[in-house]
Amino acid sequence: MARRSKVFGSFAEAVKDIADGSVVGIGGFAGPGTPYNLTKALLEQGAKKLTCVANTTGGAHQPRMPDIGMLVENGQVAKVICSFTAATRPTDTLPFTKYYESGECDAELVPQGTLAERMRAAGAGIPAFYTPTAVGTELAEGRETRVINGREYLLEYALPLDVAFIRAWKADEAGNLVFRLAQRNFCPLMATAATLTIVEVEEPIVPAGTLDPDLIHVPGIFVQRLVKIPPAPEGLWTVRREERTR
Amino acid sequence: MSGKLGWDRQQMADRIAREFQEGWIVNLGVGIPTMCSNTDIGDREITYHAENGVIGYGPVLPMGQEDLHLVNAGGQNVSLAPGAAIVNHADSFGIIRSGRIDVTVMGAYEVASSGDFANWKVAGAKGGGIGGAMDLAASAKRVFIILEHTQRNGTSRLVRHCALPVTARGVVKLVCTNLGVFEPVGEGFRVRELAPGVDLPAAQAATATPLYA
Repeated sequence: MARRSKVFGSFAEAVKDIADGSVVGIGGFAGPGTPYNLTKALLEQGAKKLTCVANTTGGAHQPRMPDIGMLVENGQVAKVICSFTAATRPTDTLPFTKYYESGECDAELVPQGTLAERMRAAGAGIPAFYTPTAVGTELAEGRETRVINGREYLLEYALPLDVAFIRAWKADEAGNLVFRLAQRNFCPLMATAATLTIVEVEEPIVPAGTLDPDLIHVPGIFVQRLVKIPPAPEGLWTVRREERTR
Repeated sequence: MSGKLGWDRQQMADRIAREFQEGWIVNLGVGIPTMCSNTDIGDREITYHAENGVIGYGPVLPMGQEDLHLVNAGGQNVSLAPGAAIVNHADSFGIIRSGRIDVTVMGAYEVASSGDFANWKVAGAKGGGIGGAMDLAASAKRVFIILEHTQRNGTSRLVRHCALPVTARGVVKLVCTNLGVFEPVGEGFRVRELAPGVDLPAAQAATATPLYA
């Protein structure tokens, strides 16, 4: 049996055919798992009217790395689906906030666990589910709720993605992925929710059959394209956030 | 002390950490709550859970000793405690929604004596920052809030009804401010403890609802 490699030679080549209007999920949480190189390539590729899905739009911390806020600043984004349109600390500022508050870019604010579960559901063939989260809040106003065993739940719909950008620690040419520590976060969920999953990989991509099948976090059936991150400065690597002043 | 009456930020975190019971699984929010993980908890076994799927983390590591693949929910480079495990975001929130979190400690803009609290949206804003707060508030066994007792202009953050959009209703069990420890009891707050140098008239003067001794 033949085994085709999913390895692409460059980030530009891997994102070349992303169409205007695509729903793009961008993995990562506070650094680990964030696909900075793919986001940078999308900034250069220029697709427009995108709907971006991520925990946050980024940019609250220094040094600033490629993020959804930059795609917004670059005029590429119609809507963001995320759990923060503003920072919770008054001392932090998200570059995206002013675009949303002024109406230049739309947003859908989703509780973080609901956001994760909506993508998990999309990747698991579940169209919708009930959750106790956000019941009794402004987010539930006018929406369908149901009392099950005496407790009120809110109906939430699955969130399928056209494209997922994620970052993994290890991969083989078949697209099997392994994450390290807090890298995992949203990445496996986005991979399963997406039609096209593109992965930036930290370690050298190994031939199929090299990784232990019992230790795979995402099987290659959810992964279409892999790019090895080159050494810095060409490749962007996770850095420590600068210390806060307070 | 920064000129303020009563406890400072770390002292508030230390006071709340004293409430953690043997075997509890604890989720700490961004800001002062995170400082609870710096508190010496002595002989108690406490597991710190972070929304990003890090279960069993320890203190923040100094520059040069950090692992860039490892952060808590506040993005700090933490250490792992023995017995730690890593899961994805959906599984992490499955732990939350299925009621495994014994307490979530969060900051807030306002806490009502009904147990409602608000911490995601400021006055006049279209959006805000929810993060994991609504999931945690809806499904943790207990919600503890740490916040400054008053705004900079002296307005009480302990109120009868939240003016801001709530994060969850009727869930707060305990509130720690710089002035003391309080329990929401419907029409007002019961005073569990006052910080050194704070008496009941002073606490009452700073509070928009009745305080009960």
